[in-house]
Amino acid sequence: MIAFDRVSKRYPNGREALLNVSLRIEPGEMVFLTGRSGAGKSSVLKLVALLERPTRGTVTVDGANTSTLPSRAIPAFRRKVGVVFQDHKLLMDRPVFDNVALPLVVADTPLREIDRRVRAALDQVGLLGKERVLPSELSIGEQQRVGIARAVIAKPPVLIADEPTGNLDHGLAVEVMKLFKRFQEVGVTIVIATHDLPLVQQFGQREIHIVDGQVRDGAMAEALPAAAATPPGPPSPGPATGLRAGPGPDPSTLPNLQARR
Amino acid sequence: MSAASTWAARHLQAGLGALGRLVRHPLATLLTVTVIALALALPAGLWVFVASARAATGDVAEAVEVTVYLKNDVPLAQAQQLASSARSRAGVATVTLVTADQALAEFREFSGFGAALDALEGNPLPHVLTVRPAADAEGPLAVEALKRHFAAWPEVERVQVDTEWVQRLAAILELLRRALLVAALVVGVAVVAVIGNTIRLEIDGRRAEIEVTKLVGGTHAFVRRPFLYTGLLYGVAGALLAWLIVAGATAMLARPVGHLAALYGSRFGLEGLGLRQVGALLGTGLGLGLVAAWVVAARNLARIEPRA
Repeated sequence: MIAFDRVSKRYPNGREALLNVSLRIEPGEMVFLTGRSGAGKSSVLKLVALLERPTRGTVTVDGANTSTLPSRAIPAFRRKVGVVFQDHKLLMDRPVFDNVALPLVVADTPLREIDRRVRAALDQVGLLGKERVLPSELSIGEQQRVGIARAVIAKPPVLIADEPTGNLDHGLAVEVMKLFKRFQEVGVTIVIATHDLPLVQQFGQREIHIVDGQVRDGAMAEALPAAAATPPGPPSPGPATGLRAGPGPDPSTLPNLQARR
Repeated sequence: MSAASTWAARHLQAGLGALGRLVRHPLATLLTVTVIALALALPAGLWVFVASARAATGDVAEAVEVTVYLKNDVPLAQAQQLASSARSRAGVATVTLVTADQALAEFREFSGFGAALDALEGNPLPHVLTVRPAADAEGPLAVEALKRHFAAWPEVERVQVDTEWVQRLAAILELLRRALLVAALVVGVAVVAVIGNTIRLEIDGRRAEIEVTKLVGGTHAFVRRPFLYTGLLYGVAGALLAWLIVAGATAMLARPVGHLAALYGSRFGLEGLGLRQVGALLGTGLGLGLVAAWVVAARNLARIEPRA
């Protein structure tokens, strides 16, 4: 689904963010990108989301080479990649509904369908009933979940997240990760940049470790104590969740986010 | 919902959204609209003046007259003879003899110098022939020939052609018409600049929203649409206000202008903007607003790209 072939990225200020990076992420995979701040995690995500283009090498996402994609094809490309930011990038002067609906609005979705899918997506992240609330009236964890709802509402095959739990305490972080896990279970390819190593251990997904702009696959996992030998898959139910986890969503209905009401 | 109605709904949404943003900042919007309206009212008002003047001079220009002043010592009988021979000349429609006595009576009546005239011994005024050229001899050349013909008569003191001031007036009106075009051009540029700058500021203010919209796959056209509607609304609102300004000014000036014109014996009166002119004004405002928004949006929106 995502392939980097000897990718280097140098920014106009001369900083060499990535050096000869090659990696492959298969469809439906959930991958953690780890590494220190400034190691190049964000650059990988920016290249996937086509916020940047590689200086050298090729980045292929869902069959599209981002270097040769004409600019008129970029909007369609971006609809295939949902993005979650650490600072969530919500429009603070617009109610939750408008924020979540935006990806559908730009895709000329009929209004009634927008209404239905926004409610379904908000239900998914446990925020049903907050449609008319401004993001500033929500907690940080809730804001982050609004950002996630926005990222997934258009059912993109690829979901990337840059430090999605960076501002959250461990309990909220686990909830958010479980949410991502559920999207993975219905076939979404997910790449999460994080430096929250205990969380990475807990979820036991493949980890791509980046050091100084280069990939060290799995290096970090070995260096860590065996305490994190939790089996792969969802961990034991975490602390009381604000998520409407319920008896567990029916995976077959998740992709179209319309299952609930 | 069909594709067409979805498309219409998007446009309605963008239009109403733009309208909503303008209404939410009434003072700023009013200031901008006022500037646009004043700019548009200038050429529109000038148009009203020029059009009215042309309408008023239209019938004056038709009444070309050649006034033939006879010498003071020409007696009445001879003047009547001259009048009938003038009538027989080709290119002459009518000849009216205004005798010295008639002229004095008229002067006494209209000048207000009655008492002073009584102090005069005798009548200082000459007999006058008023010659109207035939319809086919109203051209400047034919009138000039007529003038030279009468000037050659020994009994004639002076010949005056009234077309001269008509021609001067026509030249002034032509100058005003050109000035109107220049003013319209300058004003057009000014309106584009005002609307363009306002929209540029709005684009700056909504940078975050534009970035996020592009991030989730909004096309250039989608991002641009609300700004085009903003420009369009500014232009139309400015034109509407300009219409009110011109209509108000015309109404306020109609009476004094009519009074002044009556004093000069003219039928000059201000004719307000007609349906066609109002249509043209609104169309111009709409077009200028759209052009300004288009140019500014093309330049500024392309520069805003989502950042992580």
